[in-house]
Amino acid sequence: MKILVPVKRVIDYNVKPRVKSDGSGVDLANVKMSMNPFDEISVEEAIRLKEAGKAEEIVAVSVGPQKAQETLRTALAMGADRAILVQTDDEVEPLGVAKILAKIVEEEAPKLVITGKQAIDDDSNQTGQMLAALLGWGQGTFANTVSVDGDSVEVKREIDGGLQTVKLNLPAVVTTDLRLNEPRYASLPNIMKAKKKPLDEKTPADYGVDISPRLTTTNVSEPPVRQAGEKVEDVDALVAKLKAVGAI
Amino acid sequence: MKTLVLVEHDNSEMKDATLAVVTAASQLGEVHALVAGSGCASVGEQAAKVAGVSTVHVADDASLANQLAENVAPLVASLMESHDAFLAPATTTGKNIAPRVAALLDVMQISDILSVESEDTFTRPIYAGNAIATVKSSDAKKVITVRGTAFDKAAAEGGSASIEGVTGAGESGLSSFVSEEIAKSERPELTSAKIIVSGGRALGSSEKFEEVITPLADKLGAGIGASRAAVDAGYVPNDYQVGQTGKIVAPEVYIAIGISGAIQHLAGMKDSKTIVAINKDEDAPIFQIADIGLVADLFNAVPELTEKV
Ligand SMILES: Cc1cc2nc3c(=O)[nH]c(=O)nc-3n(C[C@H](O)[C@H](O)[C@H](O)COP(=O)(O)OP(=O)(O)OC[C@H]3O[C@@H](n4cnc5c(N)ncnc54)[C@H](O)[C@@H]3O)c2cc1C
Ligand SMILES: Nc1ncnc2c1ncn2[C@@H]1O[C@H](COP(=O)(O)O)[C@@H](O)[C@H]1O
Repeated sequence: MKILVPVKRVIDYNVKPRVKSDGSGVDLANVKMSMNPFDEISVEEAIRLKEAGKAEEIVAVSVGPQKAQETLRTALAMGADRAILVQTDDEVEPLGVAKILAKIVEEEAPKLVITGKQAIDDDSNQTGQMLAALLGWGQGTFANTVSVDGDSVEVKREIDGGLQTVKLNLPAVVTTDLRLNEPRYASLPNIMKAKKKPLDEKTPADYGVDISPRLTTTNVSEPPVRQAGEKVEDVDALVAKLKAVGAI
Repeated sequence: MKTLVLVEHDNSEMKDATLAVVTAASQLGEVHALVAGSGCASVGEQAAKVAGVSTVHVADDASLANQLAENVAPLVASLMESHDAFLAPATTTGKNIAPRVAALLDVMQISDILSVESEDTFTRPIYAGNAIATVKSSDAKKVITVRGTAFDKAAAEGGSASIEGVTGAGESGLSSFVSEEIAKSERPELTSAKIIVSGGRALGSSEKFEEVITPLADKLGAGIGASRAAVDAGYVPNDYQVGQTGKIVAPEVYIAIGISGAIQHLAGMKDSKTIVAINKDEDAPIFQIADIGLVADLFNAVPELTEKV
């Protein structure tokens, strides 16, 4: 089977985002960008399924600026077989991304789409579920364990009270959580090889879907800053402080 | 505006997470609630008592027993023909179902709202809460998930809503429930605990976590949380994780023990009223937001603290 893995280029998780002073957004100029960490987990899972003989081909897709090529090259260096960049400088909302992905699914006919549970920039946690709805497929969100068996996939999901296992008919959408696996690093030879792997370039217009935004961001501000309080000398002082603030 | 609130429940009890959503919904207009489950009549009665709710729709069907998104979303989508906004808690249940509803309605969801500014404008955190965006929706129907810590809880008693039965779409045939591992605990739930004791990588093992963190939590009647590192290392189950991609908490007191204070962790707890940090590194970032800091080895300090509180 074929696996489609959508990957998003986002601010690196180690960078502390700064809000622009004019309230128009977060300053991304000269900021380190990387693959969304959950998408690394998705790529890794797809590769493991391929290594286990359960998948034949892995196609990575990104909707984003020209630079998202780098993100796709990272996916290729990890082990994806080919990539599709849907190039746009506009910000595409999860609904729009899901619509583009649905079109790509029509063309590529994968049996499984593995998305991250959440992009760490917009923190939406929507795209995978929306894609599943648009396709009329089952969804296994927040996956902790994925086992493909013939025409179905069992997904153990991380939920608020613990873990839940569901079984989905294939084709299906899975979204990854942190404990699913530990993504590999691309080796230098694989980074070199990835440069030769196919990377198709498309635009949203090629898919004929309406991706105009439904939400307008009217302002982006900094959250209230918390001031550091004081350090206490020892446990007795800590207990006294806790009592003073009525905490205990 | 007529709103529809997804009631969070386990077929016998309504969860607290529902109450904050009712508050958010009441800022938009008339509040209807949906209980989708199986053998869930008592939940319908509980929801009908929540102050501010005028009608409770109860969909009681075997196909809804485990609230699979594939079965719940079409039901919600059909009810949305007569409602203007759908609001769900930003819990794993709400996050699973709401986007599926949104796509069925061709609506862009507004995730994890912090406030209702007007009928179409909301604030929400982005970039791990390092920025707050004000967003205006042009969709005719709204689909929203609500951050529980950002809204007061509606009173669980005092309302007298009417209860109406509705029928779902039945089994989608796309997915089925296999099993569940839900830990039963006497401890307060993380998202409603008044005090949380949270442990990080520094604990070193599940035995040490249990030995050091649990007695303090017991003494304080506290919930127990953890950093991602502690969860990944298997010291505690996944649902203990506090942070950007775990649970968002805002207790009266949050005690971070052996946690460095990465932005992803802070995103989940920085709205706590009083933050206490115990860390042996005086430069740990957690101290930049802690009200009370103690630079000490946790293996000495925490047992002593447990004894003295
Ligand atoms: C996509 C993504 C999502 C994430 N989501 C989350 C999330 O939701 N929640 C979350 O918590 N993290 C999350 N993280 C991880 C986050 O970036 C940090 O790696 C994590 O929070 C670190 O956990 P920690 O503070 O326990 O460990 P560390 O950073 O290793 O800190 C351990 C601390 O313990 C102190 N220490 C060591 N020994 C002792 C001792 N004997 N006594 C006292 N102090 C001691 C050290 O000084 C240090 O400060 C996420 C990361 C990514 C990439
Ligand atoms: N622009 C994009 N290009 C490719 N994949 C995306 C894009 N946006 C979101 N995704 C996928 O959807 C997941 C969830 O994103 P979100 O719904 O924005 O939180 C991500 O982890 C990606 O797998």
